[in-house]
Amino acid sequence: MRRLWTLLALLLLAAAAPVADFPVVRPGVPLAFPADHGAHPAYRTEWWYATGWLRTADGRNLGFQVTFFRSRLPVDPRNPSAFNPSQIVFAHAGLSDPATGRLLHDQRSARAGFGLAQAATGDAAVAIRDWTFRRTSAGRFETRIPAKDFTLALSLTPTQPPFAQGEAGYSRKGPNPADASRYYSVPHLKVAGTVLRGGRTVRVTGEAWLDREWSSSYLDPRAAGWDWTGLNLDDGSALMAFRIRAKSGGTLWAGGSLRRPDGRIVRFAPGDVALTPLRRWRSPGTGAVYPVEQLLAVRLPEGIRRYRLTPLFDAQELDARSGGLPVYWEGAVRTQGGRGYLELTGYVAPLAI
Amino acid sequence: MILGEWRAHPARVITAALAIAVGVALGFAVHLINGSALDAFGQAVRAVNGAADLQVRAATPAGMDEALYPEVALHPGVADASPVVQLKATAAGADLTLLGLDILRAGQVTPALVGQPMGGPGSAFDLGALFLSRAALDAVHQRVGATVAVTAAGRTFPLRIAGVLPGVEAGRRIGVIDIAAAQWRFGRIGRIDRIDLKLAEGADAAAVRRTLATALPPAATLADADSDAQQGAALSRAYRVNLDMLALVALLTGGFLVYSAQSLSVTRRLRSFALLRTLGLPRAGIVVQVAIEGLVVGLVGTALGLAIGYALASVALTRFGGDLGAGYFGGVAPALAFAPGAALLFAGLGLAAALAGSIIPARAAARAAPAVALRNAGDVVDPRTPVAWRVPLALVGAGVVAALLPAIGGLPLFGYAAMALVLAGGVAAMPWAARLLLAPFDAHATGRPAFDLAIRHLRGAPGQAAVALGGIVASTALMIAMAVMVTSFRGAVDDWLGDILSADLYLRVDGSTGGFDPAAQTRLSAVPGVARIAFTRQVPLTLDPGQPATILIARPIDATLPLIGPTSAVPAGTVPVWLSEPASRLMHKSRGDTLALPIGRNTRFAVAGIWRDYARQQGAIAIDTATYSRLTGDTPRDEGAVTLKPGADPARVRRALMTAAPPALSGQVEVASPATLRAFALTLFDRSFAITYVLEAVAVLVGLAGVATTVSAQTIARIREFGMLRHIGAGRRQIVTMLGAEGALLGGVGGVAGIALGLGLSQILIHVVNPQSFNWTMTTRVPVPLIAGVAASLIVAAAATAMLAGRRAVAVDAVRAVREDW
Repeated sequence: MRRLWTLLALLLLAAAAPVADFPVVRPGVPLAFPADHGAHPAYRTEWWYATGWLRTADGRNLGFQVTFFRSRLPVDPRNPSAFNPSQIVFAHAGLSDPATGRLLHDQRSARAGFGLAQAATGDAAVAIRDWTFRRTSAGRFETRIPAKDFTLALSLTPTQPPFAQGEAGYSRKGPNPADASRYYSVPHLKVAGTVLRGGRTVRVTGEAWLDREWSSSYLDPRAAGWDWTGLNLDDGSALMAFRIRAKSGGTLWAGGSLRRPDGRIVRFAPGDVALTPLRRWRSPGTGAVYPVEQLLAVRLPEGIRRYRLTPLFDAQELDARSGGLPVYWEGAVRTQGGRGYLELTGYVAPLAI
Repeated sequence: MILGEWRAHPARVITAALAIAVGVALGFAVHLINGSALDAFGQAVRAVNGAADLQVRAATPAGMDEALYPEVALHPGVADASPVVQLKATAAGADLTLLGLDILRAGQVTPALVGQPMGGPGSAFDLGALFLSRAALDAVHQRVGATVAVTAAGRTFPLRIAGVLPGVEAGRRIGVIDIAAAQWRFGRIGRIDRIDLKLAEGADAAAVRRTLATALPPAATLADADSDAQQGAALSRAYRVNLDMLALVALLTGGFLVYSAQSLSVTRRLRSFALLRTLGLPRAGIVVQVAIEGLVVGLVGTALGLAIGYALASVALTRFGGDLGAGYFGGVAPALAFAPGAALLFAGLGLAAALAGSIIPARAAARAAPAVALRNAGDVVDPRTPVAWRVPLALVGAGVVAALLPAIGGLPLFGYAAMALVLAGGVAAMPWAARLLLAPFDAHATGRPAFDLAIRHLRGAPGQAAVALGGIVASTALMIAMAVMVTSFRGAVDDWLGDILSADLYLRVDGSTGGFDPAAQTRLSAVPGVARIAFTRQVPLTLDPGQPATILIARPIDATLPLIGPTSAVPAGTVPVWLSEPASRLMHKSRGDTLALPIGRNTRFAVAGIWRDYARQQGAIAIDTATYSRLTGDTPRDEGAVTLKPGADPARVRRALMTAAPPALSGQVEVASPATLRAFALTLFDRSFAITYVLEAVAVLVGLAGVATTVSAQTIARIREFGMLRHIGAGRRQIVTMLGAEGALLGGVGGVAGIALGLGLSQILIHVVNPQSFNWTMTTRVPVPLIAGVAASLIVAAAATAMLAGRRAVAVDAVRAVREDW
């Protein structure tokens, strides 16, 4: 549900052209692999979203984010031009280094075609020029991101099967059942690769989280933004939780799930998730105030469990406005007995959709 | 002492200062106008290009295969590439450049071309959205949100004005739509016109250029801001240099005027200078004094000249445009930009002319022995000594040699040097020429004292005569040279127009409409009264991005192509093309040579013949129309030469042709008679030479002013002589007649010598300067009435000013006149 809405908000607005037949996601359809690793071009939006913690050979921590979005535009299908922008691919990459207290990031976007940008069907293979994210025949995900200030070359090896979110992959996003997505995650990915920064290449290892989501529905018009987190817990369990904030304040919808080490999944109803700001950080760049430290409370059969989310460092805001895209906070966070990522959107201006 | 001299002869000082002012003003104005025009042209090009690092451009309007885009985008050293469809379009009657862009690529490569949505819903990928530059918005008289019909490539489509292009420079009419919309709506599927490139940080630009250039097919060329600027400059450079040269001629004439004024003033003051010398003033003191006089005259003239030049440039820009009517920078309205460097340059030249004009006579005066000078204020040259002829002969000889040398960098620099040398030689030869020309009059006395005295005076005082003649000869020669060149050029163009406009009617439709397709061609040819129509198409080919596009003309190769020399067979396996004379000279290709052109697939071409063309200075290549269609698949044509059936009524056929044109082209088809086209072409020609005529007229006026001041100064200097003549019985009338005869002879001799020299110079202009500047040749035509008129007006002007000055001189009482002392 996350991230993509903001990106596309700007681009999809005036789609007054012929109404395209965007499919609606429905419950009761099982996920199928490897096809569901690949693109679903009929749906309006889709993403491959990898976040994780890296550790350099000399023992320092880094956070990374590699994201590819695919978006289908309601263009006139009669236009035979090879430039007809029916599919657009976006990519964001970020590298958080607590040593500098800075987030390095870069972005790319392109209409699909000409072998320069595409999101393939059948298995994961998305690329914009030389930025790539794909799944090898061995089942490993590989990504290479030569960005402006850094280059990531990482392989992400699954240690657990895909984690279906919601009702076997049908994940509701709001009070209206049509506001939903197909959603699965791959937590506890084992990372190995290199990071090139300032002319120096370092070997890294670590643990990552992949989110895969596709949908045709929009965010509820009453929504201002959302907070999301995905945590790889040390005992092998994986926790995902989100809340959609209403413009009027308060929570419009919430959800998430916990997969225990033995594979059993606890699904959260909207009332089972609470995110409470503990500490706020004001961005000197945009003036936005983000609740960078939060207390996550989830209701489990054994009782309420609380996780204090502490950022790797505060300044993990990603301002992509120079590329015509929005501002959000995407940061590496720690919690007791685990690590993950926290995403905070809609804190500069409500997401008007 | 300086002030005293000026108070006594204010008119002379003022004329000299004015002459310098005119020269400086003309030179500076020409420079300013050209600088402004080039700036404006450069801005226009930059605005459309959006400041990309490098561009791959289609060599022809047919564009290039879009498959080239990914190849170029992934070329090593290229960070990003933005494909562009570029169309000439009209919207609400206004012309604009319509660009089809991928906003995601343009945002990275050419952000200045990215539209800013305004008001209402808007999407970057809305294929019906049009973004207009401020100037384009004003030109279509619409507001953001309105829908406007845009026509390009013969198709019209309504587009909604979604916003503006804040990054486009003021005054540029540019519209931006999505590239997919541009391809679909305007018939460009599969084609793009250019690819804007952003180079990778730290990439070696020269290396990228080199490797990319070798990787590109012939249909594409590489260009950047430098090559665009070069192209703009190349377009008008020769014309600009010609104008600069004319301005320098005016400046030179001004220098002459200062020289003659100062010579006379120095001659008259020889005795005062001699007195000063005997009182202890060193020789250099005299030179310094005269030099200061010249400097002050030069400063006043220069300051005035810069002011006049600036005013002149601003008037000319608003009235004629940046190319002074020559048509080089179509559609660009330049703003006047002050050029401090040029101002300094022309001020320096003006001062140098004034100083040189003063120092030369001052040095001569300073050399005179004070004792002799105190007694004798007459001519310092003894008429019995043989005149120098070696120096003038050497100068003219050097000039002839210079005329034979080739152009440097496309500019006839040696040609101009040759003109300067021949001119200097001619002026230096004047004492010799004057003696030669006056000899027949000298042989026998006419029995009329006034005339005999006049001849004797001119023969006896050759130094004074030479000073007066120098100015006349220089200005007359330059004027005659220009007049002969322009007459020859105009005559050649007129003949050529007669050759090429041999059909009965001409049909034309604007290129942006897409032209007449084969069906329309058949329909038009079938109009009653039409015997046949020869359809043609003109396509710009970019052979070198640093040079203006060469025009490819698809046309029937028949008798209407004005060939120079025969058509020769071309090597087997090549396609024959016919080069225009400028194309042949620019490309260094002559009959039988092979060449590569960006049309067809792996087709080789060879030159079958050369034809005369005065319309396209950048060069044109004619190719048989059927061959062109076969090679390119481009079958529409934009123009047609209609031959009527005998007895057909041109007016009726004209109407029938208009109605037979396809409905899509209605209102855009023009039918013209050859007479109209010829008149139009000649009007254009005259307009492009209008500034030349103006400069020429100024040169003549300055020359005539020189004659007038010289003659009147000499007349006034001879008051004692007139007094003596009165004493020995000459009447006032006789003296005035004598002066008139002297003036007429002076004018006549100067005129004859000037015309002879001018005819010589015109040959350098016609056979050296013109071919080297514009790459075309012509035969000489002499404007006899004009030359006769110039000669007559010179004689009359010289005689009249001499008589006017004489009337004042003889009005003085004879006794006082003899005692007159300065």
